[in-house]
Amino acid sequence: MTSQAPTHHHILPFRTYMLVTAGLLILTAITVGISYMDFGVFNLLVAMAVAVGKAALVALFFMHLKYDNKIYLMVFMVALLTLGVLIFLTLADTMTRGDIDIEETGPINPRAAMYLKDTTSAATPDSLVEGRADTAAVDTTSISPGEE
Amino acid sequence: MSTESTDKHLDFLEHHFSTPQQQAESAKLGMWVFLLTEILLFGGLFLAYAVYRSWHPEMFYNAHLFLDRELGTFNTVVLIISSLTMALAIRSMQLGKRKQTIWMLVATLALAAVFLVVKYFEYSHKIHLGQLPGKFYTFDGIEGNNPHVFFSVYFLMTGLHGIHVIGGMFAIGWVLRRTIRNDFSSAYYTPIEMTGLYWHLVDLVWIFLFPLFYLIG
Repeated sequence: MTSQAPTHHHILPFRTYMLVTAGLLILTAITVGISYMDFGVFNLLVAMAVAVGKAALVALFFMHLKYDNKIYLMVFMVALLTLGVLIFLTLADTMTRGDIDIEETGPINPRAAMYLKDTTSAATPDSLVEGRADTAAVDTTSISPGEE
Repeated sequence: MSTESTDKHLDFLEHHFSTPQQQAESAKLGMWVFLLTEILLFGGLFLAYAVYRSWHPEMFYNAHLFLDRELGTFNTVVLIISSLTMALAIRSMQLGKRKQTIWMLVATLALAAVFLVVKYFEYSHKIHLGQLPGKFYTFDGIEGNNPHVFFSVYFLMTGLHGIHVIGGMFAIGWVLRRTIRNDFSSAYYTPIEMTGLYWHLVDLVWIFLFPLFYLIG
């Protein structure tokens, strides 16, 4: 019988499960209640904070992560971290695409080489090279290749 | 006599493991790695949600008003209680109370069925109105750009979640059958525990789906 002793996991008291469930139901009531009010961006933040709190209760107590070998918690955190990187990097792209839309926002740096032709459409290539000093709108010093 | 009873007690121990504890912990590590892939599977859809919502915030708000907040709240409570009964089923088996485990598993199955019935009514209402994904969208009355995108994401995410609920019911039914067959004891209940982990993950996903769709659109 002694060989079986290690297989016995930490058995949580009945009370703990009831308290966790009560916590989950209370948090649900809070998040539903707040959804009937309008706090602007705050609504999203509260809803997500409550969801994270509920998820933590489920993971730590129902899934025993708090009491088990910490390697399971690590696997769980690796999943969340990977997901975080995936979401952050993708949104960093999709939410900032308009920022470099030249039709909507114009050039980021009007003096960048790629815009040179547009901003000096009146000037011919010759005048750019020869008349550098009198081209008031565009300073070509830093962008002429081989002219460092 | 004593060796015989020990052997009988440990007949669940596979030959490639040296102790029951090692076997149980290996199973659990494998289960957690599987749950990791599940999190990333749903994670891709959560990402799609985030991208489309950031592109069409007003449309998401207008479309989410067509989801039934009361039914969503009801289903959230149902899943929370089912998570409790699942956890208690495992606890009962840890204490060797087989009968209690059976009733807790039956309760979990029943609550999962309630969840699916509510979902069925929600889905049929939307299908009736033509609030469907992509080219099947025929509803007229949601302001904003591309309202069909909201319902594409809604049906994909709640649909995949619903498939997981059905899968969970099969798993629970399987361990219920094995519990009735007297396969488990306080020394060996790994399949119930793994089913429990899976069921809690299904609850975990819904914990995020519910506010994102029903509460803040």
